[in-house]
Amino acid sequence: MSQFLEISGLCAQIDADGQKKQILRGVDLSIPPGEVHVIMGPNGSGKSTLSYVLAGREEYEVTAGTATFHGQDLLAMEPEERAAAGLFLAFQSPIELPGVNNANFLRTAVNAVRRARGQDELDAVAFLKMAREAAKALSMAPDMLKRNVNVGFSGGEKKRNEVLQMTLLQPTFAILDETDSGLDVDALRIVAEGVNRLRAPTFSALVITHHQKLLDYLVPDRIHVMARGRIILSGGPELARQIDQEGYTKFLAEVA
Amino acid sequence: MNALSKDMSGPLALFANRLNTLAGAERQSAAGALARTGLPDRKVEAWHYTTLRALGKQDYAAPPMQVEASTVRSLLDGVLQAHSAMAALPRVVFVNGRHAPAFSALPDDVDLSFFADDPQFGQQAAPDRDPLVALNTALAEDGLVLRVPAGVDAGHVMLISLGVAGADPLSFHPRHTVVVEKEAHLRLICVQAGQGAYFHNPVTDIQVEDGATLEHLTLQTEGAQAVSLGTLYAHVGQQSVYDSFVLGLGGQLVRHEVHARLAATRGVVHVNGAQRLAGQQVGDITSVITHAASDCTSRQTVRNVLDGHARGVFQGKVLVERIAQKTDGYQMNQALLLSPEAEIDAKPELEIYADDVRCSHGATVGALDDDQLFYLRSRGIPEQEARQMLIDAFLDEAIALVEDATAQTFCRAVMAARFAGKGESA
Repeated sequence: MSQFLEISGLCAQIDADGQKKQILRGVDLSIPPGEVHVIMGPNGSGKSTLSYVLAGREEYEVTAGTATFHGQDLLAMEPEERAAAGLFLAFQSPIELPGVNNANFLRTAVNAVRRARGQDELDAVAFLKMAREAAKALSMAPDMLKRNVNVGFSGGEKKRNEVLQMTLLQPTFAILDETDSGLDVDALRIVAEGVNRLRAPTFSALVITHHQKLLDYLVPDRIHVMARGRIILSGGPELARQIDQEGYTKFLAEVA
Repeated sequence: MNALSKDMSGPLALFANRLNTLAGAERQSAAGALARTGLPDRKVEAWHYTTLRALGKQDYAAPPMQVEASTVRSLLDGVLQAHSAMAALPRVVFVNGRHAPAFSALPDDVDLSFFADDPQFGQQAAPDRDPLVALNTALAEDGLVLRVPAGVDAGHVMLISLGVAGADPLSFHPRHTVVVEKEAHLRLICVQAGQGAYFHNPVTDIQVEDGATLEHLTLQTEGAQAVSLGTLYAHVGQQSVYDSFVLGLGGQLVRHEVHARLAATRGVVHVNGAQRLAGQQVGDITSVITHAASDCTSRQTVRNVLDGHARGVFQGKVLVERIAQKTDGYQMNQALLLSPEAEIDAKPELEIYADDVRCSHGATVGALDDDQLFYLRSRGIPEQEARQMLIDAFLDEAIALVEDATAQTFCRAVMAARFAGKGESA
């Protein structure tokens, strides 16, 4: 047992039209420090729900199980406390914030996290310098810092903006929920490089994806297959290639 | 004139003593109209959503001639210190409806006089149709009379109206006139502030002559107990622009009523605004924009943020007369309700008699967006700060409509000073 991220028997449901809908049905997952793990699985298997539950979205009700991060009870923490503790979720569909300037948003977030981590806040000049460099490394147009958060951004720009946030917030555990979807090959490489730059013995990532392509750039340590709210199979990187070629049907039939 | 008093019932009785001793035909006629109609109640359509109950039960006295200078100074400093550029701007300061020369720094490039020296009521106001204008007509003592000569760019002028009262209510009824002559330009920043139990009842008569531009910000930061019911008339000439914005933050009951008339072709009127209210506050933005000539444009975007038991009222009528072909009209009222008890009453109206026009209007009401809130919190921003960011963003999109950079920065500075860290609520 590592003391990094431990998920055990996690069950969660959501209120859908007045009915409780069970989505996670006992997820067990252990991610040691310094590793990149991948979750694959058919649509509706609970991958995004798992990422939301870990990030602290209130709409999901945890009915059983535990999740600890660095030994702390993750599920008892507010979303902002989880971020301060080093967790980051790159959203599958990044949210637009009309009227909120991107640079101000990024600086507010960075300083909130720094404050919570007992670090000094950054002044506007120091922050902008850092943000511009990080944006440049992601091949983002300079004006994207001046625009409103995600408003009028293309799909690719939104995903890069997620990676930019991740870079600036310096998490120790990042969940990337289909960050590769809708990206062309060049954008995919840039995003993967952004993640790779964070790789360190103290940084781990959980990557949710449908495609092998991202994994060519982001060499994973473990692959997990999720179906019907559980992890049904885990293996090495070769499992992703096998799924890419053969689909999920075979694996689903084996566990049925 | 004592015969009038027996007809004065309801809130009008609070002014009966003063209305019975008027001199001059115009004032007496206004008092007579008032005696017939009384002050409006909910049965009057234009006042259906806003009652005058806040006027209370105590008589309104005329303001005393002497006011503590240190009190005025501190209120004035509160206005000017919100943003560093403000103290350097020319200003005309009124205290309890009377010009206070000791606190003013009069502008150079304009013709300036005062209502007290030569009372002129103008052509636009209609005391027989609007009781609040009748009350002003009857009781007006002073007011700014400002004229920007043709072709002159007069820069900024601030009109600062301070109310200074104690526990006993007093009322003042200033009568302002602003004329921007042909091809002239003025940026007018009106600020209303004060303390104590006062009733501010201004009437403002604005004329923007052909080819002229008036950019007009009204900042309402009236005292917590204040009732402020203002009526503004704007006559907009050919190819001229009346670009107005009202930012409503203060007062117990505040109503900003605008009657704008696009009287000649290719005129432009903006009646934009934002209000942020809490507690038991009521804020009312009412407007009638009349397109009386062809090829004119009107724009109205109003955003409301309402917390606690606050109530916002938006009544916006766009009247397009038969002659006003090629009218381009847009009106939008949006409200963000931060508590279950907060309320917005919105009545958008289009009345169109021309057949070749482009007019649209709409209204939205909602709470803070859960997805946006979670997104911010997932980035480490604490809930209260995240709420504040979203509220600011909602209002800031309206404030961004203020074209004049000084006025826009002033609005933002005032908002930041008043609301920093106040995103909390149920």
